[in-house]
Amino acid sequence: MEDLWAYRGLLMQGTLTTITLALCGLVVAVALGLLGAWGKLSGSRAGQRAANAYTTIVRSIPDLCMMLLLYFGGQTLLNQLGQATGAWEYLEINQFVAGTITIGIIFGAYMTETFRGAYQSIPKGQFEAGTAIGLSKVGLFRTITLPQLLGFAIPSLGVNWMVLLKTTALVSIIGLQDVVWYALSAGRTTRNPFTFFLAVMVIYLVLTFLSELVLRYLERKYTVGRGARA
Amino acid sequence: MTEDTQTDPVADFITALTEFSETSAPLDFVLIAQNWELFANGIVNTLTLVTLALFIGMLMAIPMAIVKAERLPVASQLVTAFVYVFRGTPLLVQAYLIYYGLAQFEAVRDSIFWPYLREPWWCALFAFSINSAAYQIEIYRGGIDAVPRGEVEAARAIGFSRLGALRHVVLPSAWRRCFPMWGNETIFLLHGTAIASTITVIDILGAGRQLNARYYLAYEGFITATVIYMILIFILTRFLNRAERGLMRHMGEVKVVKAPATGLPGAGLPG
Repeated sequence: MEDLWAYRGLLMQGTLTTITLALCGLVVAVALGLLGAWGKLSGSRAGQRAANAYTTIVRSIPDLCMMLLLYFGGQTLLNQLGQATGAWEYLEINQFVAGTITIGIIFGAYMTETFRGAYQSIPKGQFEAGTAIGLSKVGLFRTITLPQLLGFAIPSLGVNWMVLLKTTALVSIIGLQDVVWYALSAGRTTRNPFTFFLAVMVIYLVLTFLSELVLRYLERKYTVGRGARA
Repeated sequence: MTEDTQTDPVADFITALTEFSETSAPLDFVLIAQNWELFANGIVNTLTLVTLALFIGMLMAIPMAIVKAERLPVASQLVTAFVYVFRGTPLLVQAYLIYYGLAQFEAVRDSIFWPYLREPWWCALFAFSINSAAYQIEIYRGGIDAVPRGEVEAARAIGFSRLGALRHVVLPSAWRRCFPMWGNETIFLLHGTAIASTITVIDILGAGRQLNARYYLAYEGFITATVIYMILIFILTRFLNRAERGLMRHMGEVKVVKAPATGLPGAGLPG
């Protein structure tokens, strides 16, 4: 317990890194998810193929495997490209960027299904009504799709977020100083690893609990319009 | 038999591959081929861990799922807590807690389990089994809850005991209902076992990491591991789809609903 108290500053710092990484990863994932859903729903054959390939490939590679491949392989690839084109001398991918990209790519695939499902939940009649009163494609998207998409997406988005949050633990393996990394090093120094990992588990449970509260609030907020019928 | 090796197609192929590997290929295929035993060993380790953890998890999960579905006082709350903790925390931390953490206690080091808990392989199996149990509890509980009351009442009416109805009617029906989710769980468990490499088990990813470390390479090990995982998951998905069709055959020509990609069993929380 005293050890835990002595390391509270570092553990807090690590927790902050975990949260920042999760949020950055979420932004990339949502962007890729919207892009993927657009690809799957678009009439274009090529768009569908690309989006399907993306989700299938991601689902068949373990997250840790992809992270190591992107971090170590990506580093080498980047420098080989630099050498070949002469555009840059030497670039180093930092762990935070590698973590954000990996998490973004993995959860972008799950978000693709989230947004596709949400889009398909919007009643078709609304688009027909919109078209009938003369809205353009952009107008339809802005006034009908966008405001409702989030409401329909939130339950599944919330599930993805919870898994994403736990996946951030893997970045400690490539050396990013998140909460797990600090717990591992503090456990080694103090010879009390159990105490520190238990503390990390509690931290994750608290984060999960807080996320639940926020998600419940968001779900209420974004489904207000549907409230009466549901 | 001719002594001229030039006509041996296998030798020709190897020569060509070596040349390609050394000159134009981005990957050193020969090196990968030379280390095939490392990867074969990794595949065996991964598959053993997945299979054993899945079945140990299943043995743990079935009674706990029944406890939860029957809403037994106290016991069902304990199961809920177990599920909440092991689904709400990263598998990596659970593995570290067992592998690095347990050694902190002298009682553990003196116990008869120490020869096992000292070994990373057994720690990995322990962590994966418990973690998978937590996910499987929710899956089976959902399946049991989805069995219509009428089925249970009918079984009781024709004279099944409570336990008999559970064993012969409810559980088989629940199993069919939750099979797609269970299939998802096996795939996610296979993903999850890559974590064994972080506690020094040479699984598929562990083999890749070792190859990279030994020769100071960036691609060969990880790309080989990735390709192996992709093949295994492709085969597993095929196999699960076929099993699902087999399970549903009595329903006649029913379209099998593919397990939705959004159905992350890693899904946060107990419902």
